[in-house]
Formats: sequence, structure tokens, C-alpha cells
Amino acid sequence: MTLHFRSIEEAGTERIHRLLDLTEHMAAVGRRPNPKVPALRGKTVCNLFFEDSTRTRMSFDLAAKRLSADTMTLAVSSSSVNKGESLRDTVETLDAMGVDAFVVRHQTSGVPWQVAGWTPAAVINAGDGWHAHPTQALLDAYTIRQRRGIANDFSGLKVAVVGDIRHSRVARSTTDILQLLGAKVVHVAPRTLLPPTSDVATTSNFDDVVGEVDVVYMLRMQRERMGAGLVPDGGEYSRRFALDERRASALRPDALLMHPGPMNRGVEMMVDPTELPQSTILDQVTNGIAARMAVLFELLGSGGIEE
Amino acid sequence: MQQHNMLLAGGTVIDETGERRADVRVREGIIIEISSDLSAGDDELVDIAGCIVAPGFVDLHTPLRETAMPQAETIETGSRAAALGGYTAVVAMPNTDPTQDCVEVVEFVSKRGREVGLCDVRPSGSITIGRAGAQLTPFADLAAVGVHLFTDDGSGVQDEGVMRRALEYAGELGVVLAQHCEVASLTKGAVMHEGECCSHLGLPSWPALAEELMVHRDIELSRLTGSPVHLLHLSTARSVELVRAAKADGLRVTAEATPHHISLNDERLTSFDTRFKVNPPLRTTADIEEVKKGLLDGTIDAIATDHAPHPPVAKDRPLDEAPPGMLGLETALGVARSHLDCSWQHLLGAMSWRPAKIAGIDDQHGRPIAVGEPANLAVIDPDSQWEVDPSALASRSRNTPFIGVGLTARVRHTVYEGRIVVRDGKATA
Repeated sequence: MTLHFRSIEEAGTERIHRLLDLTEHMAAVGRRPNPKVPALRGKTVCNLFFEDSTRTRMSFDLAAKRLSADTMTLAVSSSSVNKGESLRDTVETLDAMGVDAFVVRHQTSGVPWQVAGWTPAAVINAGDGWHAHPTQALLDAYTIRQRRGIANDFSGLKVAVVGDIRHSRVARSTTDILQLLGAKVVHVAPRTLLPPTSDVATTSNFDDVVGEVDVVYMLRMQRERMGAGLVPDGGEYSRRFALDERRASALRPDALLMHPGPMNRGVEMMVDPTELPQSTILDQVTNGIAARMAVLFELLGSGGIEE
Repeated sequence: MQQHNMLLAGGTVIDETGERRADVRVREGIIIEISSDLSAGDDELVDIAGCIVAPGFVDLHTPLRETAMPQAETIETGSRAAALGGYTAVVAMPNTDPTQDCVEVVEFVSKRGREVGLCDVRPSGSITIGRAGAQLTPFADLAAVGVHLFTDDGSGVQDEGVMRRALEYAGELGVVLAQHCEVASLTKGAVMHEGECCSHLGLPSWPALAEELMVHRDIELSRLTGSPVHLLHLSTARSVELVRAAKADGLRVTAEATPHHISLNDERLTSFDTRFKVNPPLRTTADIEEVKKGLLDGTIDAIATDHAPHPPVAKDRPLDEAPPGMLGLETALGVARSHLDCSWQHLLGAMSWRPAKIAGIDDQHGRPIAVGEPANLAVIDPDSQWEVDPSALASRSRNTPFIGVGLTARVRHTVYEGRIVVRDGKATA
């Protein structure tokens, strides 16, 4: 059985702990004058991106290069894929070129599982539909661990995830990893932006939790949702669920303010987070490379990191 | 194909009138003698010791595809799949291209069915032109060429006013309108049942309510107009309850359920395998239990397959792009027998004589097994334990959800118009 990294749930507690420790190691490698190691020399990583995502793609690309893997990238918006060729044809064609790992991003849930059925290579989920984004979850958990100076036990930590939970793979995966590590999560959203059912605590009153929690995790609110009748309008959404100055000043001094990026300034973010000491947003970007190096190394590495 | 003169010897006859040990002699398409211990004489002796002889099955819900997607199925491959499943008649769904909304298309399907000659292909007509939900099709002209069941299957008639007029107009003609119950505004982009599983998988969802609202609406429209309505592929607990109440009120409401809706739940989609995408979607275990109860107590009259062939090139796509539907004809009996705890007579009624009456073809199908009756028969091995081998399916597609699933009971022979069209589980033509 090939090992994949497709969801937090599938990976399980033991692997997540190991990957967090490995991420720390990779972050240390990244701080060296020469951050490149030969660990994956001769391995080929194929980035298969059916949805625009410059940041995640570049982060994976750099992570693979830091490990000395060869990379290739197929970035296509799904609409431009030749309708005569099935997804399976595409994967089988690339597989025939000799790929050790596919990094898959797709706007539909489940595609990384389908891809794994068509290739013997390892599959890394770089975001599927509204379902999962496990490397984002890993970098988020690592960022909390690093900033709080704690190990892999998050018990006692309270986290509010705010915004469009229903359509967010980040919300699902990050909630999964935080709960797995023992944190308490609350989802903050109107009913229309929550999944049909949920066993996570929920509230639609951001003000009730903003000054209470250890972490405020803001989600990106996509502008196209505004027109879909899920919320009355952007102004009302911002008044109820954005981080504005009043709420920013209510944040606890030791709290963390997180966002997966890219931010929608003027929608969910009404303040400049770079001016807030609580913000971890750029740390998340930096740590993303280490987390992805950890996953690639776990799946493809055989010897040590340094050789 | 030649008619066979044969003696089906050693089996147990089960039909609407009861169950008895008897040999059945068929000559020139007609049952001419029934008695115990007949001798074959010049007729071919077909030894069916241990088997059940039943009237051939009738499927109320068979998309045959020929004009729309011949790479998925043709009338020939679909008829062969039907015969292998024990069916001697299928109602061909109108969601073809062009739509079965006019006499020419309907006659083409009937004619092609007769040429193939493996089962009785009875085209349905659409309720509205092009299944667009607006203008009624010529019900009377279509009824004159043999159409009895009208449906826009694939989608429901959304407009209440259109459906009311359709029922009023159909009532005086003696035809039956059948509804695919789905309020489209509640199912936009939906891939699976709305509940815990879809929340977890992040897939757009199809709430049970979208079916139940239309079931309720059409029951009330039947009450208003006095016209019969047949509810296709019911999938939710509340739908069954609504139909049960309608029947208690004496309304002319009939209903069907598919083998997959009594055997597979929505958790199958956690594999993200597109074979489990179907419309209406697989529901919860609680829904499955209620649909089964409905079949057992007669609230749901018939088992219908909604046999929906799709080639791999269509199913090897992301879940939102992959078309809904799964194969059903060749596995229906085995799945139904394996999941319904009832007498053989009750089960066969749901597969043969009850759907034959709904389809208005009970002069030829689902008949008692008696002297003078047409020889449309299914011979069943009730104890056969088997697994589906997708490469052995007659259908042009392979999208069965039952690969590797152990099933009980299998069709051994199918006799259509006095000809053995399936012998020992293999099509003869």
C-alpha cells in the first residue's frame, strides 16, 4: 500500500505528531545559510493543479526543490482541460513519465482519492473542494506550537474559526488537526455558512468569543458567495464577522491571529494585521514550506535528511 | 428467433394466485398444460428442479440510451441485460435525445425493441416537450401508439400549474403520470445526500426535503384531480410515510423503490467512488430501513431498477462532473432477495405483477401461470450464491456498485414469448 497524505483524519494521531516534529526539523534547515539538502535527489514531484493557487503551488515547488527533488507542474483551470480526455487519462499520461508523488489541487472534493486509484505514486492533497487541505492544517498547527512554545499537546487551547465554514477545506482540516491535538474549537458563522450538520460548537456572535479565545482564525470570504444568497450583503457580513478595529482591540494580548491567505481586505479583514503583534500570517507562509518539506520527506525519503 | 416447445419440469410455480409444485408445458408462445409429473414427449425437457417459475419481471424504470449515448447502452444491450435479470418487459424512460415526446421517437424505440426481441420494450412518453417542464406532449396521440406511462424522469415537473393541468388532461385518457420527485431549487449542484456524511466530505448536498416536498405536492394534486400518479424511485423515510397516508386516504397513488436505495447508504461516498453517485442519492441507514418497510407492507408497490449505464470515460471524472446513475437490471433480483425479508410471492409481486399493472401491460406480463396465458416467464434459482463479475455484464457499461458483493438468488432462465432468451444465466442471442 502506497502511503499518501490526503486528510488529517486519514493520517491519524501518530503520523501527525511525527510530521509536526519533522516540520520543526525542516524549519531549522530553512534557517541555515544554505537551506537545500539532498534528501530527495532523483525523486520527481508533479504538481497537478486544476485550480488557481499561486501560493500553495509555489510553496510546494520550493519545498520539493529544497529537498533536491525534480519538479514539474501542470496547472490548468478545469474548464480548459480537453473534455475528450478524462481526469484519469491525464493522470495516467503523467504517471507514465515517472512520477514519485503527485501534489493535487482540485475544486472538487475527493479528487486526490480518485487520482490515487490511477497511479502507484504517492498522492498529497493540496486542497480538494470544500473537503480537506491537510498541509495547511499542518502548517497552522506548527505555527501555533512555535508561537506558543508548546509541544504537540494543545489541551486547554481555545480556537475560534470565523467565516465561511461550509465551503472551506481549511476550516475542516484545521479543525480536525486542532481537535486531534486536544484544542477546543468553536465555529463562528451564520447558519447559511455552516455545514448541514456538525459536532463542533458553533455561534453566530463573534463578539462573544473574540476576547476569550487563544487563537482567532479568520477564513477568506469569497466574494462570489455574497451574490449567492447565503448572506444578505457584504456590508452586513463585515459588520457581523469581520475583524474590525473594535474586535482587534478586544483580542487578548497573548492571542494569535491567523489567516490562511489570501486575505480579502475590506471583507473579513478591516484592519491591517501586519500592525497587530498577534498576527501570525507571515509565519504561516514561512512555515508552509517546512510543513510541505516534512510531508514530502515522510512519503519519499529513504535515508536521512542530510545523507 | 424460433419459439421453443418445452417442458419446464420439477420447479415450483409462484404467481399472484399462490404457490404450487407443477410442471409447465409451453408451445408456440403459450402455456398449454400445467400439472405435476408431465412427460416431455417431443418437447424439450428443461430440468428446473429446485427452481421457482414466476411470471417474467417488469421494470418500470429503464433508461435505454440508444439515441442519446449509444456508447453507454443500446436498446439491444439493454434488452439483453434485462433478459438476464429475468425481465420480460421494460418501460423505457423518455430522457433520450431526442426526447420521447412525439409519436416518431416512441415508434422508433418500440420498433427497435421488437427487432431485438429479447424483451418487451415499452416506451414511456415525456410529460412535457423536451422534458423542459412547460408544454404538454400529445398524450392522446402517444397513448394511441401504446404509451401508458408519462414522465419527465431525470428531473421533476417543477411548475405546479403545469403538473395540475397534465394530471387533469391525462385523467380522461386512462394514462398514468410518473414523477421524478426533486425540487430543483433545493438540489443545485448536489452530489450526495444532505446529512452528516456530506458535511464531513464537503460535497454539495441533496436534502431529503427536496424529494418529500414534491411527493407531498403530487399526492395533493392527485387528490385534487382524481388522476393517478406514480412516484418514481422513492428514497426517504418521510416519502414512504406520505405515500402510506395517501393510500390510507384511498388516493390513486403508486410508488416504486430501487434495489440500490434498499441496500447502499450515503457513507459509500466516503470512498469518493463515482459509481455511488446516483439521483436521488443514496440516503441514510434509517431511510433504507423505512423504504424496506414500505416495500414489505405494500406502501411501495414495485421494485424498479433505474438502470443507468455510463461508460468509464464518463464516470472517471470528479464527483461533480461524473453523471449520476448505476447499473441495476442484472442484479435487481439478487439485491432485492438479499435485503428484503419477505415471502417469495411478495417479492415477485413487487418485481412482476404489481409493476405490470402500473405500466398497463398486465394483459401480457405478470400474468398468472395458467393454461392459455402467454409464456413470459422467469426461472429462478433461489439458493444460488453469487458475486457480480463486471466483465460478464451484458450492459455496455460497467458502473455497477455491487462488484464483489455476495448476492443470493439468481435468474437461471428467461422465457419471452415462448422463447428461451436466457439459458443457464447466459443470453441465447
